[in-house]
Amino acid sequence: MATAGEVLRRNVPESFELSEKELHVLAVDDSIIDRKVIEKLLKISCCKVTAVESGTRALQYLGLDGEKKSSVGFDGMKVNLIITDYSMPGMTGYELLKKIKESSAFREVPVVIMSSENILTRIDRCLEEGAEEFIVKPVKLSDVNRLKNFMMGGERKEKGVKKVQKRPLQVDYNNSSSAPSPLPQLSPSFACNLASLHSSPSSSPSSPLPRCASKRPRLHSMD
Amino acid sequence: MDAVAQWRNQWFDYTHYLRREGFLDDQFAQLKKLQDENSPDFVVEVVSLFFQDSEKLLNNMARALEQNVVDFKQVDACVHQFKGSSAWIGAMRLKNVCINFRNYCEAQNLEGCLGCLQQVRQECLALKNNLENLFRLEQQIVAAGGSIPVME
Repeated sequence: MATAGEVLRRNVPESFELSEKELHVLAVDDSIIDRKVIEKLLKISCCKVTAVESGTRALQYLGLDGEKKSSVGFDGMKVNLIITDYSMPGMTGYELLKKIKESSAFREVPVVIMSSENILTRIDRCLEEGAEEFIVKPVKLSDVNRLKNFMMGGERKEKGVKKVQKRPLQVDYNNSSSAPSPLPQLSPSFACNLASLHSSPSSSPSSPLPRCASKRPRLHSMD
Repeated sequence: MDAVAQWRNQWFDYTHYLRREGFLDDQFAQLKKLQDENSPDFVVEVVSLFFQDSEKLLNNMARALEQNVVDFKQVDACVHQFKGSSAWIGAMRLKNVCINFRNYCEAQNLEGCLGCLQQVRQECLALKNNLENLFRLEQQIVAAGGSIPVME
């Protein structure tokens, strides 16, 4: 019987096998302080960083304001992750996200949105447009570590299902057991996956499974 | 007790005081974690940038509030930016004044805004003094051959 961990581990596409190389992150933020700290957060986590101050600059760097077709930045370095502020003058992070997702060269590059405001409609818009995650500022080292682990191919999330947690529970579900044991505390994503595997009516759990949540990031609010 | 130990004790007392009074919150400790041999002055640099930036923002706010017809949206935009920057260095009290300030902007309450602007300036000055004291203490510890304690 496959354990939850094995079931949820997915084969990582080759383009995401980055264990031997450094991640190159394009950071976009109009505030000089934000750029300075984010750049440091990324560098200290062993990422190469290119920091720009606007969506327009970001598009220039990516060559999306021109005719470039490859996913290589202006200086020839492949971009593995784009992290952008939401509220910027001129082009917002949301608009930048849309342009990136519309481009054939860069639509596969994960985009993370940052914002100092924890507004649900804003978060929803970004996730629906294809943002990988929405992080509430100030960004912490733990946020960057999580992003990095995610990028290094450990856990790729399924579209439409909440992000898989870092340490999957090792849960053994034995179909033949007569008395169902009470469910441990599962995140909605685990519950969803397990529900789809074990659809047998006889093993109905004693406590109701949580509903599948639509893509929701782990929010790190400031309080 | 030798000089280093004394300075370190002072450092602990001072940081506890700053945390207790709400001048600094956990985020400041987060910022300190980013300081390493490659960037030994990282925190001082960020803090300096903050105060430079805040000077500009405060002047913009003051100018906007002096206009015959006040553009509260513009003031709010400045406060929003200021609040964001304050959050990066863990300036909790400043952040909280900004929250009030934004409420007054939304209510288009000029008196309230002017009051908050004054409060922000006072809090900024107090924080600047406190941080200068803290950095001086840290320099003394290092000069006496000790190492700066890790902020919890």
